[in-house]
Amino acid sequence: MNKPTMISGRVWVLRDSDGRPLDDIDTDMIYHNAHLAITDLREMGQYAFGNLEGWQDFPSRVGTGDILIAGGNFGSGSSRQQAVDCFVSLGVSLLIAESFGAIYRRNAINSGFPIIACPGILHESKGQLVSGETVEVDLETGEIRKGEEAVARARPFSEVQMGIYQAGDLFSYARSHEV
Amino acid sequence: MGQTIIEKIFAARTSDPVEPGRIIWLELDARTARDFGGANVVKHLEREYADDPVADPAKTFFTFDCVVPANTIPYANNQQICRDFARKHDVRLYDVDMGIGSHVVIEKGLVVPGTTLVGTDSHLNILGAVGAFGQGMGDQDIAFTFKTGKTWFEVPPTLRVTVKGRLEPPLTPKDLNLAILGQIGSTGGLGYSMEFYGEVIEEMGIAGRITLASQATEMGAVIAMLPPNRDVLDYCRERSGREIEPILADDNAEYVKNLEIDITNLKPMVSRPGAPHDVVEAGAVKGVRVDSVFFGSCTNGRLEDLEVAASILRGKRVAPHVMAKVVPATREVYGDLLKKGLLDVFYEAGVIVSNPGCGGCASGQIGMTGKGEVQVSTSNRNFRGKQGAGDTYLAGPAVAAVSALAGEITSP
Repeated sequence: MNKPTMISGRVWVLRDSDGRPLDDIDTDMIYHNAHLAITDLREMGQYAFGNLEGWQDFPSRVGTGDILIAGGNFGSGSSRQQAVDCFVSLGVSLLIAESFGAIYRRNAINSGFPIIACPGILHESKGQLVSGETVEVDLETGEIRKGEEAVARARPFSEVQMGIYQAGDLFSYARSHEV
Repeated sequence: MGQTIIEKIFAARTSDPVEPGRIIWLELDARTARDFGGANVVKHLEREYADDPVADPAKTFFTFDCVVPANTIPYANNQQICRDFARKHDVRLYDVDMGIGSHVVIEKGLVVPGTTLVGTDSHLNILGAVGAFGQGMGDQDIAFTFKTGKTWFEVPPTLRVTVKGRLEPPLTPKDLNLAILGQIGSTGGLGYSMEFYGEVIEEMGIAGRITLASQATEMGAVIAMLPPNRDVLDYCRERSGREIEPILADDNAEYVKNLEIDITNLKPMVSRPGAPHDVVEAGAVKGVRVDSVFFGSCTNGRLEDLEVAASILRGKRVAPHVMAKVVPATREVYGDLLKKGLLDVFYEAGVIVSNPGCGGCASGQIGMTGKGEVQVSTSNRNFRGKQGAGDTYLAGPAVAAVSALAGEITSP
């Protein structure tokens, strides 16, 4: 184990202009199909949320180490890896959502990018999370804390997810585990 | 305890215990990359494995369907990267003329009931239409499968859906599909393998099965599995030249949930712009002005779908202000349109017919919508901005065709 299993950072909470959590954010809103010819990860960040109303300026505002929190079914739609890689490109440290599209979840896991599902974190959570606050997340237990207060409990990493995360990506994981 | 279809398919291809929630290493019968994602797959392979051979060239394919032929230099470069790789590694490539990969692999017999295939197309779970396991994955995932022939997968719980009632014209399988989507929503199938049963399913041909299976993704499901009927078995046997034992669920298979969908009083359906699951009866939005109509996609691009459209358009012309477009799913479908005289029907009706592929969904290959434009599309996704700045209603070919003639949304 060498990568951190505790991640803390400033959060961006994905809400609409009325403050409602955004669900069903699909990969075309995250990373539009107009930019799919790009294969260099460094170029991808600038297009993150380029097709999500009210969030187009996210790439210029997000900072390295920030945490993104979204509603349900985040990353539904296409299989494009760029929809994960654009956040890696921007230095986002962790992605939390109520749930993820199945392919999206795999893509993040395989590239060693930490994502964690936390049902109810926006729709049911008592302590309303607001953009700009700092939270601390334990990837092994799933506990999410704001200061001393435990605000939610996410599903902890599975063994494979932790393995790939620690190894760096799927390729490195497979080499060290002889799968 | 008995097993569901997906559990049985997996059990034959892993040494790990197959139970919902368990992660297994799954042997793959085939793996594919399309032009979206393909160059990234090659890049990962070359970075991670240099010039090492792929696990099995005979089980590895490229299928170009997104930007066909390439209309920008970056896309052309990406496709050429795949072609060069394919040549070097003796991997078969279905080029820009062939059509939608998920359909090509069925037509060419690369997939038959009970087999497993993954690729960089999120609608590859369409293969559930023939009782096979298909799954869309990202480019890292697929690069790994090219090299190793396997992947890790979390065994999904299975949701059993029983459909009550029949589909009589003018209803098409798309109406059933939209009705289910409207009822269970975008997360109703989240993380599940769905299995479909009922008389209407048993009677359904491959095209209808493809339509139904193609929107599992929009229901959040891993896949929608349809137990193969005789037609499917005959078709796949003929296409593959192989003997096929269908994989069916055990009588005592365990389902996480049982769902009944009653379509006895079903009407033609549409989904409203912005969300595939925002489904209403077409009659509820009757009269909305339509600027463009698209027939095609992996959901409704088969010959049977286009025959429905042609039967309505035959001898007529779309409304003067309507731009109508047909994109057949594959070259084979295109050839059938030609031989059956349907290209003529579309031509006389004032419809643009394009070469096969994912045009209509991917990258504006057959145009995009402008702000204020209202499109009726037989495709599967109408997320805001996906196909341009306009508003896209999803519908089956019958609703789309009568709406094209009327110039406004109309229920057949």
